[in-house]
Amino acid sequence: MLYTNLKHLESAADLKKAVSENENVMVICGRMGPMCIPVYGIAEELEDEYRHVKFYDMEFDNPEANIIRSLPEVRGFMGIPFTIYYKNGKVVKATSSIQTREQVTAILDKEFSTTVNA
Amino acid sequence: MDAVNHYDAIVIGAGPAGLTAGIYLSRAKVRTLILNEGTVGGQMVLTHEIANYPGVENISGYQLSGIMKKQAINFGCDIRANISIKRLELNDLLKQVILSDGTVYTAYAIILSPGGRSRTLGVRGEDEFKGRGISYCATCDGDFFTDREIIVVGGGNSALEEAVSLTKYASKVTVIHQFDHFQAFEHAVEEAHKNPRIAFLMESAVTGFNGNEKIESVDIKNLKTGETSNFRTDGAFIFIGYVPNTEFLKGLVSLNKWGEIIVDSNMSTNIEGVYAAGDSTAKRYRQVTTAVGDGTIAALAASAYINDLKVKQKQPAEI
Repeated sequence: MLYTNLKHLESAADLKKAVSENENVMVICGRMGPMCIPVYGIAEELEDEYRHVKFYDMEFDNPEANIIRSLPEVRGFMGIPFTIYYKNGKVVKATSSIQTREQVTAILDKEFSTTVNA
Repeated sequence: MDAVNHYDAIVIGAGPAGLTAGIYLSRAKVRTLILNEGTVGGQMVLTHEIANYPGVENISGYQLSGIMKKQAINFGCDIRANISIKRLELNDLLKQVILSDGTVYTAYAIILSPGGRSRTLGVRGEDEFKGRGISYCATCDGDFFTDREIIVVGGGNSALEEAVSLTKYASKVTVIHQFDHFQAFEHAVEEAHKNPRIAFLMESAVTGFNGNEKIESVDIKNLKTGETSNFRTDGAFIFIGYVPNTEFLKGLVSLNKWGEIIVDSNMSTNIEGVYAAGDSTAKRYRQVTTAVGDGTIAALAASAYINDLKVKQKQPAEI
């Protein structure tokens, strides 16, 4: 069980539903460990700032998380958490291991930038 | 002075030292703000299990930091996490903390407890292969290396204890260390030496990481002969100590040659009204318990300083 304030994904079906219903989704797949906790903390802090992005976590050791562990985008990953960014149902970016707030916001700003109509 | 953004004391850093300072100051009715650039809890959050914190048999660092945070908030302490500090003005009576988003906080006293972070090698390929074979946490990533051959870089307690722990997964662990002897305690060295899955490469340094999707080999320099070689490996765990997060304090308070904040027995820095506590200060032992002690002393000293200041401000000026 992940003791975070993020919304938890318990199954592959939950994940599919989340990415089909939301344009921009960030999923942190990890454990309650030293490399993962800081990333959950960053996501919790960013929820208010990035209201156009839905933030979730998923337990790495949940067999249902195989939907993330088997993604071609995570081939070669050898450090948790696996953090996956989905736009319109498709993976647009994936990172392995601990990330800084700056690294996370750089991805959010690049991949999930809001369109401004002139 | 903006009343909303003015506090009696501001604590920079929310590890065990900063949170303890926040608890003590707030309980003494000193209006306190804790500002933290990362996750609340600092390095303590990264500790899987704490078994020697007096009064608590066994607790995770995450849980302990959650309790400390709750205690501080319950006493009225404000906490802002994941902020970015742009500049500090420490020399005037009223100190200022300017954030990157333009917010300016003022206070009579500042407690610096920014903590430290894992030291990195700073060599070619280290950033590129982080999470792709390079790790700084054995308990997190050890199982990715089941039946693989890996290296551990470092010669302190963490390096040798984690090397032993990684033999639960890896078929072979080679410890690479720059000196001809280890800095770890004797029992840790003994444990590592008697483990048949551990080999040693002394007086050697990793100078680069190579691979494609993930790490495949490292370049090693023999520090005695100067010879370089390529060493095949599936993974690298790096445990070479910590560095203090004090880059933003250069030129503001006295630091020693390692960048640690110099304090006296009251945790006072060389600037009046500025105190420091925890892993970022110049000291030998860095534990949660020592950080808590530092935070307590800094808070009591800062509290006394603020009270004196307020008493003086109320007294009529001498003619």
